[in-house]
Amino acid sequence: MNGAHDMGGMHGMGPVEPEINEPVFHADWERRVLAFTLAMGAWGKWNIDMSRFARENTPAGDYLRRSYYETWMYGLEKLMVEHGLVTRDEIESAVAGQRAERVAEPPLTFDRVGPVLATGSSARVDEDRPTTFKPGDRVRVKNRHPVGHTRAPRYVRGHVGTVEQDHGVFVFPDSHARDGSKDPQHLYVVRFSAHELWGSETGVKDTVCVDLWDSYLEPAS
Amino acid sequence: MGAGDHDHPHEHSELSELELRVRALESLLTEKGYVDPAALDEIIDTYENRVGPRNGARVVARAWSNEEYKAWLLKDATAAIADLGYTGRQGEDMQVLENTPAVHNMVVCTLCSCYPWPVLGLPPVWYKSAPYRSRVVIDPRGVLADFGVTLPDDTEIRVWDSTSEMRYLVLPMRPEGTEGWNEDRLADIVTRDSMIGTGIVSVPAAAAAAE
Repeated sequence: MNGAHDMGGMHGMGPVEPEINEPVFHADWERRVLAFTLAMGAWGKWNIDMSRFARENTPAGDYLRRSYYETWMYGLEKLMVEHGLVTRDEIESAVAGQRAERVAEPPLTFDRVGPVLATGSSARVDEDRPTTFKPGDRVRVKNRHPVGHTRAPRYVRGHVGTVEQDHGVFVFPDSHARDGSKDPQHLYVVRFSAHELWGSETGVKDTVCVDLWDSYLEPAS
Repeated sequence: MGAGDHDHPHEHSELSELELRVRALESLLTEKGYVDPAALDEIIDTYENRVGPRNGARVVARAWSNEEYKAWLLKDATAAIADLGYTGRQGEDMQVLENTPAVHNMVVCTLCSCYPWPVLGLPPVWYKSAPYRSRVVIDPRGVLADFGVTLPDDTEIRVWDSTSEMRYLVLPMRPEGTEGWNEDRLADIVTRDSMIGTGIVSVPAAAAAAE
């Protein structure tokens, strides 16, 4: 979707302000949101692309105003409600101080945290898929504007770049976010010149590399 | 007024409302048996105290010290990094980008906040912020200036937008004046920002004076 999350190339966001000796968390509630978001992922009811879509599919004003972990929290609420783990009423009752009945046992127990975090879950798919492009090929990013989740940023759509690398076969996020299907396909590094993306006043030699899947690309010229 | 003005909602008056909501959600999930409170504490302890940019600094120091390791790291970063014990979530498939006088690599995730957790830990606020995500692809030299870094015009700045599950770690250039340093000493001068590409590694004045 063409949401507020797709920020590459936007103006007016202000200077980058690094914080010296920045702590990992700025408030205790941030710790808690990180932890229960990761722990709820262990239910396996949604995947990472569904999580990203839940966060970005939010009114643009809210997306820009909310802090990072606030966005995570509201995204998690949405996912839990959609997948029937909690209801809106239950959330509001909890906010009002009511207690809830125990109905389940947690899939992610203390002893499993270490191994689960140290293993992760690779999006690489060990299957052969046809390779449409090879390094050196000129490709154009299709001019598509899907309303669902996509990882083709707006700023590269319609532009021509050169395939630098073939990463191999990976889960395709657009399908994965929509219905959980992996729709495996080749993932490439495509390199664009700054001139191609931003015009001739930008750095002569500068480039941008973007990871793009087969479905996003078409041959150029 | 830019969105940057909204980057610190914890300074706003809704602080207590937000905290209350987070607390209520955690209670709800715990009471229903969806999450194990001890597991939550363990997740926090992992990313607050055990996994962070010191891991990435060990990788860089090893690559600077050992040509064979560096070649492996550039060819198969996932395996070479796992060899030092750094694996897992948000680092399942890694690639290392070598900075040289000709090419300076920088990493961003314009669409969200993708970042190589096993080697750098959780991302800093600026990495996840609208200013960095919007600007680094269109004005990388301006962003570098915000970090106090200026590079020659004939250096190609190559910005990597982490749109997939590949995670990128920058191998910064080893500074002059570190000949003969061991890995521990090298790792001490490798900064987080240099492994994102918003910084370069330099020899601290104190260390240089001690030579």
